[in-house]
Amino acid sequence: MINRLVIENLKHRKLRTTLSALSIGFQVTMILAVAGLSRGMLQDSMNRAKGVGADIWIKPPGASAISLSGASMPQSVLKYFRQVPHVRLATGTAVQPIGGISTITGIDYDEFVAMSGPFRFLEGGPFQSDDDVIIDQYYAEQQKLRTGDRVRILNHEWRVCGVVEPGKLARLFVRLRRLQELTGSEGKLNQAFLKLDDPRRTQEVVQYLKSQPELAGYSIYSIEEFLSLFSMNNVPGLKAFIYVIIGLSLIIGFLVVGLTMYTTVLERTREIGILKALGAGPMDIVGILVRETVMLAIAGWVAGILLSVGAHWLINTHVRANLQSEIAPDWWPIALAVSLAASLLGALYPGLRAARQDAIEALSYE
Amino acid sequence: MEPIIIVRDLRKIYHVGEVDVHALRGVSLEVPKGEFVSIVGPSGSGKSTLFHIIGGLTSITSGQVVVDGQDLSQLTDSERTRLRRKKVGFVFQRYNLLPTLTALGNIEIARYFGGNTGPLDPEFREIIRLLGIEHRLHHKPRALSGGEQQRVAIARALVNRPAILLADEPTGNLDSENSEAVLGLLRDLNHGFGQTILMITHNPEAAAYADRILHMRDGRVVRES
Repeated sequence: MINRLVIENLKHRKLRTTLSALSIGFQVTMILAVAGLSRGMLQDSMNRAKGVGADIWIKPPGASAISLSGASMPQSVLKYFRQVPHVRLATGTAVQPIGGISTITGIDYDEFVAMSGPFRFLEGGPFQSDDDVIIDQYYAEQQKLRTGDRVRILNHEWRVCGVVEPGKLARLFVRLRRLQELTGSEGKLNQAFLKLDDPRRTQEVVQYLKSQPELAGYSIYSIEEFLSLFSMNNVPGLKAFIYVIIGLSLIIGFLVVGLTMYTTVLERTREIGILKALGAGPMDIVGILVRETVMLAIAGWVAGILLSVGAHWLINTHVRANLQSEIAPDWWPIALAVSLAASLLGALYPGLRAARQDAIEALSYE
Repeated sequence: MEPIIIVRDLRKIYHVGEVDVHALRGVSLEVPKGEFVSIVGPSGSGKSTLFHIIGGLTSITSGQVVVDGQDLSQLTDSERTRLRRKKVGFVFQRYNLLPTLTALGNIEIARYFGGNTGPLDPEFREIIRLLGIEHRLHHKPRALSGGEQQRVAIARALVNRPAILLADEPTGNLDSENSEAVLGLLRDLNHGFGQTILMITHNPEAAAYADRILHMRDGRVVRES
């Protein structure tokens, strides 16, 4: 019976119910979108790291494992790596930010292809001049670029020589030497990759490299170890950022539901008086408001999941060169808990106010 | 037989800001079971306060009120809530139906708070028939006329078979035709089902439907007719 009253109350104010549920829905979407983006981008980075085809990944001293940093190593170190037992191939790349989280990567084309296998060109082909840039399909689609188009990056005009399938380390490739010249970092690399004659010897070679005094301070990872670093815990500030989003969602949910329930209680003062005259106790009144709140929170949660699926589609359709999103069903219960907690906190004061409402005053309320 | 309502030297003082308002100044009365009593008097005479106290909506300052054997002066808030569930049915001037529920929903929610479940008993179905609302039960209040809403309110007040029915100006918002119908129904309920009724009214013609009329003024019962 009480459920029927609650549902009828919610149906009675359709617009307010819809707006409240949508507000909670946006709060849920914020959480799910951030979780989905974090996971999607980490997964994408991981896939691209795998696409290099290396067995060992080496970062210079002072570099963070998976974030971009300005730290560099001398290019000459590749000669050293090539002489290490069981190392079949060694190559390195330079990475330069070009705005936001986008980067351009300088490669030695022949070395890179020898390690990762040939690029799969959807159109065009390899570099023909120092000012050529190879872009991946996502970047081409997002920037609406085709082979032969000109694009200005790092205050320099490049010609798109080819569009490749995504999944090989980067979205934009230029000749290593040209990028080093343009960024004043001749002879410097940001990371190095080794391919072994036998991948089963990876740990052995990693241990050997780590034991060399001249490589002290270098971060040396097997590819498995390197890929395992692609988690939320290893991205500086990511967890804190997600906590901030959850905190903001809690506050928004609390305010929205608090305001909704406060106006509901004011508007229904007389009805609360009627219920009390019919024998409803303070806890019955609180119970009705709590049930309404829980229904709003659940409706908002469902709306939030649908909105987050929409956001996922929009991101992956329109900006997938910069952002990648995944649907994160394991975050749905967390989002539900946050929306319920925020909503119930918001309903607390209005609920207590309604429970304390004097029945006679409420019945004479106009 | 012991009266179903006993009021002895009842006093009620409201504190409005720093001013004490003496709403009741020593009211005493007795209502036997099955009696239909009207209370008349000008505004501010204390009729509604007496109504609210007997209905368990507000506490007593001093004196004694016993409803169906239960002494209200000793009751806590939660005990007064239980009294309203089991022993009292209210009918208000403005009907006070819950607008989001149908007529039947309004009746059922009162039944729910009264702790009654299952199908409606035949006697109550007879009351619904007497009230002439059986074909209007699935309509919401906005689709009902004033007379129909008041008849639904009466059905709601009676669904838990209360010891007393308290009606506060039940015809105050109705035209004369509907007023006569509602008053006739109250009298039929009193005669047919032995329902004890206490009705507040300004209208002498309405008061005349009762077995006895109590006249109140300045917080006291001044005359009985």
